[in-house]
Amino acid sequence: NTNVSCFHEARRVAIFGGTHGNEMSGVTLVNLWIQNGKEIHRKGVETKPFITNPRAVEKCTRYVDTDLNRAFTTENLSAPSGDDLPYEVQRAQQINEIFGPKGSPEAYDVIFDLHNTTSNMGCTLILESSKDHFNLQMMHYIKKAIAPDSCPVLLTEHPLLKYSTSRSVAKHPIGLEVGPQPQGVLRSNIFESMRVVLKHALDFIELFNEGLEFPPCTVDVFRVSEKMDYPRDTNGNIIAMVHPNLQDCDWEPLNPGDPMFQTFDGTTLRYEGAGTVYPTFINEAAYYEKQQAFVTTRRETLAAGAIKKT
Amino acid sequence: MRKKMKQALEQMEPVSLPALSRVAICGGTHGNEMSGVYLVRELQRQKLEKAGSATLTTVISNPRAVQVCKRYTDMDLNRCFTDAILSSPVTVATPYEVRRAQELNTLLGPKGKLGAVDLVCDLHNTTANMGLSLISYSVQDWVIMHIYRQVQRKITSAPVRFILLDLPLADVYSQDSLGKHGFSIEVGPQPHGVVRADIFNLMKEAVDQTLDWVQCFNSGSAFEGGEVDDVYTFVKSVYYPRDPETNQITAAIHPQVQDRDFCLLHPGDPMFLMFSGEIVKYEGEEVLHPFFVNECAYYEKSIAFHLARKMTVTIPPLQVKRD
Repeated sequence: NTNVSCFHEARRVAIFGGTHGNEMSGVTLVNLWIQNGKEIHRKGVETKPFITNPRAVEKCTRYVDTDLNRAFTTENLSAPSGDDLPYEVQRAQQINEIFGPKGSPEAYDVIFDLHNTTSNMGCTLILESSKDHFNLQMMHYIKKAIAPDSCPVLLTEHPLLKYSTSRSVAKHPIGLEVGPQPQGVLRSNIFESMRVVLKHALDFIELFNEGLEFPPCTVDVFRVSEKMDYPRDTNGNIIAMVHPNLQDCDWEPLNPGDPMFQTFDGTTLRYEGAGTVYPTFINEAAYYEKQQAFVTTRRETLAAGAIKKT
Repeated sequence: MRKKMKQALEQMEPVSLPALSRVAICGGTHGNEMSGVYLVRELQRQKLEKAGSATLTTVISNPRAVQVCKRYTDMDLNRCFTDAILSSPVTVATPYEVRRAQELNTLLGPKGKLGAVDLVCDLHNTTANMGLSLISYSVQDWVIMHIYRQVQRKITSAPVRFILLDLPLADVYSQDSLGKHGFSIEVGPQPHGVVRADIFNLMKEAVDQTLDWVQCFNSGSAFEGGEVDDVYTFVKSVYYPRDPETNQITAAIHPQVQDRDFCLLHPGDPMFLMFSGEIVKYEGEEVLHPFFVNECAYYEKSIAFHLARKMTVTIPPLQVKRD
């Protein structure tokens, strides 16, 4: 296949931290780079570090009124602006103005959105579209550079489960989700891994902008499948915890019959799906209120064609 | 001959203490420390009201904080139990947690008085890798020390340690000081707002062993004296390095200290890894043991970890006082 997709140079790149104000690696890295951007500087690229939710960062909380990383819906972005809107909706509109408008040619080329999770997800890259060959090539590059450490790719393309993220304002949105780390805590190892992944990502952009052609490749991804809630009683109270056998086993196979939950009085509840799935976001603190104990994924291999700059 | 003399010296006079007829188990003192919240709710669901001859009271200490899954609403409830705060007059401006502390003092106390419950057991979680720690304000409360010894002997799935915060009773600020005897069970690591099954099960084991000991004690068992080890006394706190101009924290706890609570910290050992790559070393003169390493709730006080001295405590034989 000699087809090469051409993309414009990625000249405008943003790095978002503090989309959730208590996810400390991104907050710390972005604040560091706002003070001294030497580390993220790349020839021919404008790399802009940016704190997306400063009020939440100040209070060290996930959000003030509503989750910023769910706020970039068409409805919110096109709503008439006003002080009566929830803080995060106002913020989404501002961010859309600076880095977007979402879907337009003026939008930023790439946005990296830095997140932490209490789940044992390692360094996960989040991909929103299976057809974004630029992103696929970047993720392929990062995975190779990080090896033998792994960098799982979570594909959130799903008619119901996909959500409107802050990074979705850009042409090429990339989520970085690193865990496990408690909310409000900064762990050195987690901080340094996120820093290394970003370094490789920016290296890729620099090479691409210099004219390097990236040959066709394949990327193994985990496509999001189903949201699994905690078992609850008739009053909506949680009656079981993620089972010790499942806890911390993100990206490992969960087979029908495997333990899934443990009730507070010790009974095991088992997975009763039709086939093997790969759970992730297992026991993420922020998802208790979103009725999610974990999400199941299915393995898929995506093909990316060759790419080079226009 | 020397061994016998040593044993004789170590054998203290037997002690007899009144039965523990009223026991309280408290969860949700910090609203986002989930093991205790769910354990208390489970005890309430099972309608557990007695432990042998003792009556059991279960309390969600800070319901408002539990409701919003935060450590506290106005101020840390577990700093409100000093004599001074408990007796302070209530006005419109009084923080919620001060009022609640005074309510709990009525329910479980009054602190320091004859009407107080016999034993308060307060359940906590930490983001630090502290395994199972029992925390109290005295190493001469023989009830607490014998409970510690039983828990340490019976629980093998995690390390079990005792932490002493040496303060006179009037100045003890934690809820466990409401009872005639009191201690906290601190289990980690667990992120706040999360319930992990392994951590929940560990806390439940500790509570079960505590109630088991209480029943045995009340029914007349004799507990032999001896030594308990892995007792750590708080010495001082270590603070995060900050930029003098911006006041921002400039380093993370070094990977050689992170998750290594209770290990040894020698003079010259790394403590912090600056974001710029430099290492900040421990410059104290005494070899000490870090604990509460990277506890989320201590960032607001700028505390990275505490340091402790390790010791062994000799405890006397103990039996319930017969009328």
